[in-house]
Amino acid sequence: MDVAIVGIGIHPFGRTPARTGLQQGAYAARLALQDAGVEWRDIQFAFGGSASAGSADALVNELGLTGIPFINVANGCATGGSSLISAYNAIKSGQYDIGMVTGFDKHDRGAFNADPKELGIGEWYGEVGMMMTTQFFAMKIQKYMHDYSISHDTLAKVAEKAFINGSKNPNAWRTEPITVDEIINSIMVNNPLTKFMFCSPAEGGVALILCRADHAKRYTDAPVYLKGATMKSRRFGSFEVFAPSQALQQVDGPTVDASKAAFEMAGVDPKDMAVLQLQDTEVGAEIMHMAENGFCEDGEQEALIQQGATHIGGSMPVNTDGGCLANGEPIGASGLRQVYENVLQLRGQAGGHQVPGDPKLAYTHVYGAPGISAVTILQR
Amino acid sequence: MSIQIPIAEGLFSWPAAKPALLASRCKRCGIAAFPVASSCMACSWQDVEIEELPTRGTLWTWTVQQFMPKKPYRSDETHETFTPYGVGYLELPGGVRVEGRLTENDPEKLYIGMQMDVVFEPFRTEDNGDEVINFFFRPVQ
Ligand SMILES: [Zn+2]
Repeated sequence: MDVAIVGIGIHPFGRTPARTGLQQGAYAARLALQDAGVEWRDIQFAFGGSASAGSADALVNELGLTGIPFINVANGCATGGSSLISAYNAIKSGQYDIGMVTGFDKHDRGAFNADPKELGIGEWYGEVGMMMTTQFFAMKIQKYMHDYSISHDTLAKVAEKAFINGSKNPNAWRTEPITVDEIINSIMVNNPLTKFMFCSPAEGGVALILCRADHAKRYTDAPVYLKGATMKSRRFGSFEVFAPSQALQQVDGPTVDASKAAFEMAGVDPKDMAVLQLQDTEVGAEIMHMAENGFCEDGEQEALIQQGATHIGGSMPVNTDGGCLANGEPIGASGLRQVYENVLQLRGQAGGHQVPGDPKLAYTHVYGAPGISAVTILQR
Repeated sequence: MSIQIPIAEGLFSWPAAKPALLASRCKRCGIAAFPVASSCMACSWQDVEIEELPTRGTLWTWTVQQFMPKKPYRSDETHETFTPYGVGYLELPGGVRVEGRLTENDPEKLYIGMQMDVVFEPFRTEDNGDEVINFFFRPVQ
């Protein structure tokens, strides 16, 4: 039994002072229901997540009390991916015919401040100033630039492309293009990464309606099938965020593992993918994730990005909706935003940010603390 | 009278004539971990022994923290007195790569592959005057 996505809804990302995170989630949920042509009472189960905007299952207060099982999911940046996999399995098992996956969030301004205790790390680690995701990303790309000759200009070009794509996406937060010069010369945050090379915590909500594939045409003329959905945590020896030490022998990280498993599950290859959404909490992540997900060899990103391959219209469009860089990162909603974008792309409804060539397969990838990754492969 | 106390018990030998970072090493697979853990992250074995890590190593990667972190950061600094600090992973031969603060914060003077020593210096002063000691990585002089 395949699983199809038959309804999608989004609340614009960025800052919406007039709505709580929960209300943004409800807004997205109602749009998704409408898109599938169903009512809330038709939904048999839901999985949802929110890191800072209350319990996802409180959505029933907004949408109606129908008695369905609504399971809260908390997996950091992979929350949306984990919810989606859970829903996929719930339908695949034959237990349910139709359900909802949702994620929403509303964070304070400024960098996320994590609590070492929650991750089983000593308090000293935070006290001395190492409990910072931004440091990890900076150190990972610093090493990668050294090993594979990636230039600072290429770092900036990733951000430039994100803001160009954001300017074409009415639901994005950052909608003004920013030049490479402005990006390179903005305030240094963690060398080699400047302010405009990082995404910021933000707000937003996304909801998806999933059903068993043989029912899909009841709800839509353009179902999109979830051909692969995987989630992996780190193995011993991978280089991860919030690690007071790491092994001398390095192994592949959870992104490589989740990606390989997803391609195997879907029975397709990286070269088959027409559009890619890759976790870009900062520009270095996007660059390294291109290789970790199997779309190029280490070091090839320099030429690919300089040639414009990752732009809409390029040979491997990446983060066509502007990614985290232009949308900000509401943790609970971020992974589902990627799926929303890919459904739009596969339906041919992405408007100004539509990739040409009638795409048939699309890929999403998220990465988060303390070393988890989730991947989806969607097919029209 | 003020005394010097380590920022966390068991992180490094203290007080000691020649202090060193402490690691646990798995008696089954031989993998070392920092800080000391009661079981092995590689193979889950619970029989580990504690050892001192080398005090000189090679910088594997680094960055400079340019703005003052929010809590749980706890130094004596204010936003006015904050000084950017380096952070890096030091590869300690035969042991592990340990993440630590660097004594150097000038990006022009930091490079992957440079030799550094593990040193133990005051990080902050408590209200009662006690000096809190942390480990740092210092370019070999
Ligand atoms: Zn072991």
